[in-house]
Amino acid sequence: MNFGVITFPGSNCDQDMVLALRRIGFSAQSLWHQNPDLKGVDCVVLPGGFSYGDYLRSGAIARFAPVMEAVSEFASKGGYVLGICNGFQILTEAGLLPGALLRNASTRFICKNVYIRPEAGLMKQDLPVKAYQIPIAHGEGNYFCDSETLQKLEANSQIWFRYSDEAGNVSPEANPNGSLGNIAGVCNANKNVFGMMPHPERAADAWLNNTDGADILRAFAACLN
Amino acid sequence: MSQFPTLPQVNEEVAGKLGVLPEELTKIQEVLGRNPNFTELSMYAVMWSEHCSYKNSILWLKKLPKSGPRVMAAAGEENAGLMDIGDGLAVCFKIESHNHPSAIEPFQGAATGVGGIHRDIFTMGARPIATLNSLRFGDLEHPKTQRLLKGVVAGISHYGNAFGVPTVGGELYFDPCYQTNPLVNAMSVGIVAHGQTASAAAGGAGNPVFIVGSATGKDGIHGATFASEDITEASEAKLPSVQVGDPFTEKLLLEATLEAIASGAVAGIQDMGAAGITCSTSEMSAKSGAGMDIHLDKVPAREEGMQAFELLLSESQERMLVIAHADQKEVIERIFHKWGISCAEIGAVNDTGILRYFMHGEKVAEIPAESLVLGGGAPVYERTWEEPPYLNEVEAWKQEEVSLPEDLVEVLEFMIRRPNLISKKWVTEQYDSMVGTANMSTNFPSDAALLHLHGSRKAIAATTDCNARHIRSNPRQGCAMAVAEAARNIVCSGGTPLGVTNCLNFGNPYQPHVYWQFKEAILGMKEACEKLNTPVTGGNVSFYNQSPDGPVFPSPVIGMVGLVEDADQQAMTLAFQEAGHSVWLIGTAKNDLAGSEYVYAYHKQTLTPAPAFDWSEELKLQELTLHLIRHKVITSAHDVADGGLLFTLLESAFPKNLGFQVRTDSDIRWDAFWFGESASRIVVSLPEEKEVEFQKIAQEKGVNHLKLGTVSDGKITVSGMDLGNISDWKSIWENRLSEILEG
Repeated sequence: MNFGVITFPGSNCDQDMVLALRRIGFSAQSLWHQNPDLKGVDCVVLPGGFSYGDYLRSGAIARFAPVMEAVSEFASKGGYVLGICNGFQILTEAGLLPGALLRNASTRFICKNVYIRPEAGLMKQDLPVKAYQIPIAHGEGNYFCDSETLQKLEANSQIWFRYSDEAGNVSPEANPNGSLGNIAGVCNANKNVFGMMPHPERAADAWLNNTDGADILRAFAACLN
Repeated sequence: MSQFPTLPQVNEEVAGKLGVLPEELTKIQEVLGRNPNFTELSMYAVMWSEHCSYKNSILWLKKLPKSGPRVMAAAGEENAGLMDIGDGLAVCFKIESHNHPSAIEPFQGAATGVGGIHRDIFTMGARPIATLNSLRFGDLEHPKTQRLLKGVVAGISHYGNAFGVPTVGGELYFDPCYQTNPLVNAMSVGIVAHGQTASAAAGGAGNPVFIVGSATGKDGIHGATFASEDITEASEAKLPSVQVGDPFTEKLLLEATLEAIASGAVAGIQDMGAAGITCSTSEMSAKSGAGMDIHLDKVPAREEGMQAFELLLSESQERMLVIAHADQKEVIERIFHKWGISCAEIGAVNDTGILRYFMHGEKVAEIPAESLVLGGGAPVYERTWEEPPYLNEVEAWKQEEVSLPEDLVEVLEFMIRRPNLISKKWVTEQYDSMVGTANMSTNFPSDAALLHLHGSRKAIAATTDCNARHIRSNPRQGCAMAVAEAARNIVCSGGTPLGVTNCLNFGNPYQPHVYWQFKEAILGMKEACEKLNTPVTGGNVSFYNQSPDGPVFPSPVIGMVGLVEDADQQAMTLAFQEAGHSVWLIGTAKNDLAGSEYVYAYHKQTLTPAPAFDWSEELKLQELTLHLIRHKVITSAHDVADGGLLFTLLESAFPKNLGFQVRTDSDIRWDAFWFGESASRIVVSLPEEKEVEFQKIAQEKGVNHLKLGTVSDGKITVSGMDLGNISDWKSIWENRLSEILEG
């Protein structure tokens, strides 16, 4: 399994993702924002951070980076793409994923451990439906889409994760940022482009006493086979 | 220079306006053999300001121990301290203040404080892995405090999160003495491989000099001078002295700088903080006995028509002075271009020791580099001191006269809401504490932050500590206690203390009472650092934290780093692990209320002595604790500090929502037992079957140990009294700050 992790100017979780993927046993290399060559990778990862300083609007400038044209083409041919946090924001800005990420309901940046619960039946090798403890770190993670889009997402099993409590209950109290329907991650209609606000790569290391994120990355990688 | 308005002729009046004393002007005239022009005078004014020259503090700072077997860059040698941690790695760390800018413009003041301290670390070739912030504000209920606090936290969050280095620890403390002068201190910790470090020396003649990073604007001109004055109503008018930060550029500058250093093409590099081009060109030259010829018209400027003195003094952020090896300058240009960072060649190193600055070929200033800098020609003063009269009141205090409250629960209900004791979650959740995937403390809370080093078994422990109330009561002992507390926090996390960086926040040094506090604190720090074998590798002095209401409490913040050799086996948490485990106090319980938050807030006795402290007890305690951790006898360790023993127990119980059943020692008044803050005490927990081994070791090490009780599944019982469930206390403690700030 070969992952390519894009470094945009201002990405700051790119090396964390490369490390986490390698630690799990995948091969991972860095891709450069100015180079449209995807180097034959099986999956392109758009990492977290503040691409282009999040100036104008999170992800709004990064979508115009030279590499993004190649990513769009790759995705249109069925190639797998994963966006984490700022990467998710870029994918919605690029129109590769539905919806948008608004300012957190609290209007403040939030960094903490939260629980997310996967929806059943989305991935080839399903993640057991339970609560996974994964950190969030964002100022604009409040997922929003219009009601028509939401209906399509529900009907077509495109909702990947919802924020839940430790027991897996999806409730308003477990929603950290005001996201519509507690949505923490979605995929496109073809189910080859995925995005999530929480950071699985920050929970993929036994040294940090949390490997729930490694389970998520493994299940995602299984889709690529 | 015809395109510019005429600059004033230099005389004593002009010099005075720039903060240059008449005798200092005379000294400048002697150095130059002539009257300086306005540009030159401006350069001396900033370089000889307290902020850059340490002229009123250096004699005392020199008394601090700065050498040790691990020290690779000692205090004053480079931009930050550097210590060996084995396996070919070194830790690079420093703390710095941004108090004055934050008092006027909290968001940008704090943001640029974070940016500035990180540049000191990565200019050494080290990659920053953690930030800590030590923050002090006035009365939390006051609207101004809330505005400043929100602004400072938002500024740190804005800059640190985007820059991509986790904020992992620090302090947040409230006292009315900081009402006008908040203290905003930021510490950065980085890691570098031996042989990958860069130096801040200019190197050989002929080497090209580059300015890289942001364009130079008119912001921050005379910022260093501004930081060397008291804060008054007129200070608001100095808003232009505050710089504006851009974390995006800083992130690119970080990556480009580390890549450039790794390429081997860099001969020398220094960040531009206070006094901008003036400071970096003069300090780098003086370190090599060299000089430079600098063409200021080649400096990329943010606006047209900037004058020479403005270009020389600008404190625009995110800039570095890079000196390339003459034959490798294309390498530098290529790397900075790749990262989209401006890189302009502005001159060359010469071997004359003279700095010469030109505008469009015309010489605008000519100064011997050595004459500008600390350790060279900068003035050094010994100020007079006098013991402040408030100490009489401190000495007259009698604990017997403190009434004994009737009800422990009523006291705890009061204390659990005290701003200095409540959870700081509202603040810390606004900081990205996890980027870099090194922060072990997220899921393993510990007294000092623990940062695992990827690809190694090691972790760095880092903390900042300063109980300014204790230091005010007894600067010498109080400052020693701050160092001891920092070390205790490192030890409780399983680390060996390595070294200290300090941020010395004091009032106006020209006031003898303030200066007495300063020199006493330094002497206490010296003693402590010698006892603990933790050399001081650098830091920052911030005087003039003073308003018409008086000085802040003497607040020498201690930043300390430690090393955990095997983070898998030796890291220690502060959290109780399991119901049924035994809870012990190690160290001596004392009948001592002095200096406590309890006596200060509940009894409103604001001038009491510092709590009891004894070096032999402290050293034995730390040795015992490390032994217990490394022999896997204990499962948690937490230092007894603010709020006393009962707060230590609560803080150990909160993370896993456990409770405790404990009892009082009857020889000591119960309020002193539960809320006293005497030093050198640690609460540990351990499985019952380890108790025999534990007692034997404690006895052998000669440390008093007292069984307090056991960990419970959530219920709290103190001396038979039912205090309810841990979750009730936790929700008050955790939500209080948000209730106050969000209303």
